Amino acid sequence: MIFTIAGKELKALFASPLAWVMLTFMQIILAFGFLRQLDDFMQIQPQLIRVPNPPGITELVVAPLFSTIAVVLLFAIPLLAMRLIAEERRNQTLVLLLSAPLSMTEIVLGKFIGLMAFLLLIIGIAAVMPLALLFGGSLDFGLLASLIIGLVLLAACFAAVALYASCLTAHPLAAAMIAFGLLLGMLFAGDAAAEGLRSRGWQVPAALAQVLSPLKNFEPFTKGMLDSYSVTCLLLLIVVFLILAIRRLDAARLRG
Amino acid sequence: MTDQTAEITVSAQGLSRRFGAHAAVERVSIELKRGEILGFLGPNGAGKTTTMQMLTGNLAPSSGAVSICGVDLFEHPVAAKARIGYLPETPPLYRELTVREYVDLAARLHRVAKPARAAAVDDALVRCGLTEVALKLIGTLSKGYQQRVGIAQAIVHRPDVVILDEPTIGLDPIQVREIRTLIRELGAHHSVILSTHILPEVESVCDRVQILHLGTTVFGDTIAGLRQFHGGRMLLVGLRHPPALGELAAISGVERAENTADTLFRLSFAEGADPTDELVRRAVKQSWGLFQLTPAQSSLEDVFVHLTRKEEQ
Repeated sequence: MIFTIAGKELKALFASPLAWVMLTFMQIILAFGFLRQLDDFMQIQPQLIRVPNPPGITELVVAPLFSTIAVVLLFAIPLLAMRLIAEERRNQTLVLLLSAPLSMTEIVLGKFIGLMAFLLLIIGIAAVMPLALLFGGSLDFGLLASLIIGLVLLAACFAAVALYASCLTAHPLAAAMIAFGLLLGMLFAGDAAAEGLRSRGWQVPAALAQVLSPLKNFEPFTKGMLDSYSVTCLLLLIVVFLILAIRRLDAARLRG
Repeated sequence: MTDQTAEITVSAQGLSRRFGAHAAVERVSIELKRGEILGFLGPNGAGKTTTMQMLTGNLAPSSGAVSICGVDLFEHPVAAKARIGYLPETPPLYRELTVREYVDLAARLHRVAKPARAAAVDDALVRCGLTEVALKLIGTLSKGYQQRVGIAQAIVHRPDVVILDEPTIGLDPIQVREIRTLIRELGAHHSVILSTHILPEVESVCDRVQILHLGTTVFGDTIAGLRQFHGGRMLLVGLRHPPALGELAAISGVERAENTADTLFRLSFAEGADPTDELVRRAVKQSWGLFQLTPAQSSLEDVFVHLTRKEEQ
């Protein structure tokens, strides 16, 4: 049942020009970023040979590329997710789902998985790009895997926040703005609080504040580190915002 | 007519819904048996849509209980909702899907098992007269067809209860007739609740009517009961050379005679009595110049206006 909704969401995404425009620009931006990184790498390559144990192409080209994707997703996901609930509310089609024998959890998870399928496609396309480097060299597949896992978790995090924002209103654009504001706010607040608390030597509160900052928690992945703390932080954020979204939809039924 | 022993499909007790201090619906109860069509009437803002939203689990009531075929809607929403088909005021249509895709989606959302799904979708398309447009995008269809897609969506899973909120609004007269025929067909197998403010629609389609005004039920009875509700039966008579009013009132069976225009009279008579024969005989004998004779039943409109006005005073 969840997958019925997910499939419907995916179909709706591809029926709208938004998905195609997004994919196109994403691809242009990433290709440009990728080539620039590659260019920089070619220039410093002669010097790298003299360094003992030099960083490889995966570290110098692919990791920065994935960091760029992370930032682009921060902008793209609120736009992709804004329609999920808000537009259905505005077009009064949400009734179809609410009257069907579905739980709120199924509706929210279906929408979430539908969006995630699209995001996986974006990430998949981005991951294919570095594979082109195999023609001229070798890749650090461990690092690449960690980057992909990190990016999927990060995207899921953004998606959960944006889905929750979409539950708050009947105006898609307002939903996108709320999602964007929430994400930026969380990033800044999480970072600032964590820094401040850590500088005073309060490690545990600092660690808790760090939960809020998905980008910060993405950093270990770019170093090829599967940090269980970061993974937990990201998962926690996903679960919390999905539960908030479910509760929010339920509250709409109660309040009318 | 309805079988007295038929299974009760919808039972709502004391439904109330408040929005802040405003009570939109106040202790409304509904009971419906299989094969019955209930007309839900009321002026704008009477609480029809709110009640329907509560019956379909789209809105939680402030108090009261709903059970669908004995399944409590609030304790087991999924099981209860599987037995309901709902067409809201604005049909919940995805414009980017084709008619077939959409009805198929509705079937899947209502957990119609895969082997039976294609047949169920075909059946719904046929019953709503949508086979020719099955492959068109919903966004390109006319309002009438979109309304039918909305109905197809509500019946594709063969629910026990079909709830239609103003299904004929915005349709042309021919479409209205088609939809009414469809609703009557639905009534044979399902219980149907239908809201409207088009009164002839209720008289021609429904078995029972419930009139809502300011959130409370002001009338609930069968159509036959409704006709008797307001002053029994009536005859509209046109006479070119009318006698004195007293002479008309003296005809056996006539309870009251009124002069409605120069040559037009309204005679009310008690149930069971029929003064028509006697009236015609006298009219011929005494050359009253009978040119019009219409049996006028107290119309739903009379009852409706009477009840909703009374409440306002």
